[in-house]
Amino acid sequence: MQELMNRAKELLADGTVARVLGWKAGDLSYNPEPAFFETEESLKDFVYNGFCGANLSKYMIAASKFEGKTLICLKPCDTYSFNQLIKEHRVDREKAYIIGVGCKGKLDIEKIRQQGIKGIESISGAEIEDEAETLTIQTIYGEKTCAYKDVMLERCHVCKGKEHMIYDELIGESKDTKDADRFAEIENIEAMSPEEKFAFFQKELSKCIRCNACRNVCPACSCRKCVFDSDKFDSSQKANVDSFEEKMFHVIRAFHVAGRCTDCGECSRVCPQGIPLHLFNRKFIKDINEFYGEYQAGEDTDSKGPLTNFDFEDVEPGIVAERG
Amino acid sequence: MFKIKAENLPALFRKIAAEQELYLPVKEAGQVNFAAWSENAEVSLDTLKTVKSPKDAFFPQSENLYSCVKDGKKISIEPGALKEQNFVLFGMKACDIQGVKVLDNVFLSEPVDTFYAARRDHGTIVALACHEPEESCFCKVFGIDCADPVADVAAWMIEGELYWKALSEKGEALTAIVKELLTDADEAKVEEEKQVIRTIVDKLPYSNLSLEGWGEEDYMERFNSSVWEELYKPCLACGTCTFVCPTCQCYDIKDYDTGHGVQRYRCWDSCMYSDFTMMAHGNNRNSQMQRFRQRFMHKLVYYPVNNNGMFSCVGCGRCVEKCPSALNIVKVIKAFEKQGGEN
Repeated sequence: MQELMNRAKELLADGTVARVLGWKAGDLSYNPEPAFFETEESLKDFVYNGFCGANLSKYMIAASKFEGKTLICLKPCDTYSFNQLIKEHRVDREKAYIIGVGCKGKLDIEKIRQQGIKGIESISGAEIEDEAETLTIQTIYGEKTCAYKDVMLERCHVCKGKEHMIYDELIGESKDTKDADRFAEIENIEAMSPEEKFAFFQKELSKCIRCNACRNVCPACSCRKCVFDSDKFDSSQKANVDSFEEKMFHVIRAFHVAGRCTDCGECSRVCPQGIPLHLFNRKFIKDINEFYGEYQAGEDTDSKGPLTNFDFEDVEPGIVAERG
Repeated sequence: MFKIKAENLPALFRKIAAEQELYLPVKEAGQVNFAAWSENAEVSLDTLKTVKSPKDAFFPQSENLYSCVKDGKKISIEPGALKEQNFVLFGMKACDIQGVKVLDNVFLSEPVDTFYAARRDHGTIVALACHEPEESCFCKVFGIDCADPVADVAAWMIEGELYWKALSEKGEALTAIVKELLTDADEAKVEEEKQVIRTIVDKLPYSNLSLEGWGEEDYMERFNSSVWEELYKPCLACGTCTFVCPTCQCYDIKDYDTGHGVQRYRCWDSCMYSDFTMMAHGNNRNSQMQRFRQRFMHKLVYYPVNNNGMFSCVGCGRCVEKCPSALNIVKVIKAFEKQGGEN
């Protein structure tokens, strides 16, 4: 992390960048927040550790309008989102100086809590220099340990890899964290009967409190005015009027980001009710792979998207009915 | 003072549910929230904080105020039903109970909100002391004692036994319903438990947070502080903090076109949202900084100024745990502490 901080200071000092977009240490050991740093002095609060799961790409939409360049720290998975935002003309590549930062898997504080660990005073083993094997957690109820991989975010278990898709320079080592098949959960759901599927999603989506965190954090949800924010239609953003609307919001959102979602996993990370929202997006990704050939959104900045392109080989819409 | 063994609690719940609706922390699809009890419900009294506060029991996320139904040329208006059934909220924590008091000041002062008042009249609260408070808790800062919660009934879970003490008429009435399941107990164990809890609370990292400078004094200085410009930046403008909060009470009133009429309903609103308090002339808060500032100024300045110094934060720490960008009211209080309120 020191190397990253030093480099950020250098780039600020020599005027290459006007600010640094990274993470600021929180007041607890696990709550760093996304932050802009404009002076070398302010970088004393800079932090990059296992709890820096937040994908900073979307903040670059705002930063693209700022004076001068912004140094942005991107983990390998974040670079997919960044590329996709370039492709959609939402961020300005010229305004960003990208440091691709190493990643050993990011941590999910909810999973730590689910292990019964509470009253956390400090956590060691989460620094980027650490081996990411074990966390030792001091709590007011005694010392606890847990395996790093047991408390990683879901997305890290299906990691897209250690490569950064776009960067100006790279700092730090990454680790292979993939130990699950990305589409295994989808296949399990596909194997369910329609009634089981309905019951599964009903149970999950009934927890939704319409806080819009999934939408607001999503790098693919970058509309200036969302239809669910509009006061001109009956598309209330604030509550589920009935059980139809409770499903409609998430299904519409999934359709809207289909073909553009990089599967960054932020929606599931931020959901206060732990709804596995990534399942919707992954179902679309799996179908797209099957219908139009393997495609990973955000791998590049210029290929044509599977749903915004047409050729004579495309499947007919009837495939959905035929496939059952 | 009475007690009952934890393994006999299902019998207690059954007994209550036979006479009244019963809501308590239930695990559904991996998350614990207050929900109606049933034989199959996975009750989780060990959960310190439900994701949402139990404020829904008195102030649901959405409720119909009235419906207009069109039948040919006739339009009939049907008012929304007021709560008529008695219900029990079992296992509320001291912070959330204080949250209800915050709501009372809003909804029970003139003009009284009849929907809310009916629910308050019919609700009986069984409070549960916090056996193991967590690092995100800071109720002590607001003068709340989570070791000794005050409601219709106060309860403590100690070594596999639930201790039970009625504190009000409603509490006595509920005790009468379940009396045959309870045995007499002395208070010594409870007193001991209270001391243990208070010792833990003193060790919590946020317990010594200072509220100096909040409230009425110098509030324009606080309003105009440049600290807000820095603080709000990571805010995603989602409504997580407001919707998990036990004291947020703002709502919107909307119409739902049913195809053959209109349902006028109200639903929780969030000051984080861009159309919050939108009026014909537009919106008086145009930037996210202003919206962010509003939330904390309301909790720590406007509400106490209008309610004899009572803050509308109760230190439950849900925002600390749930904000996607790791922002929260503690960070706001600390940022001003650091600046000495200047700037």
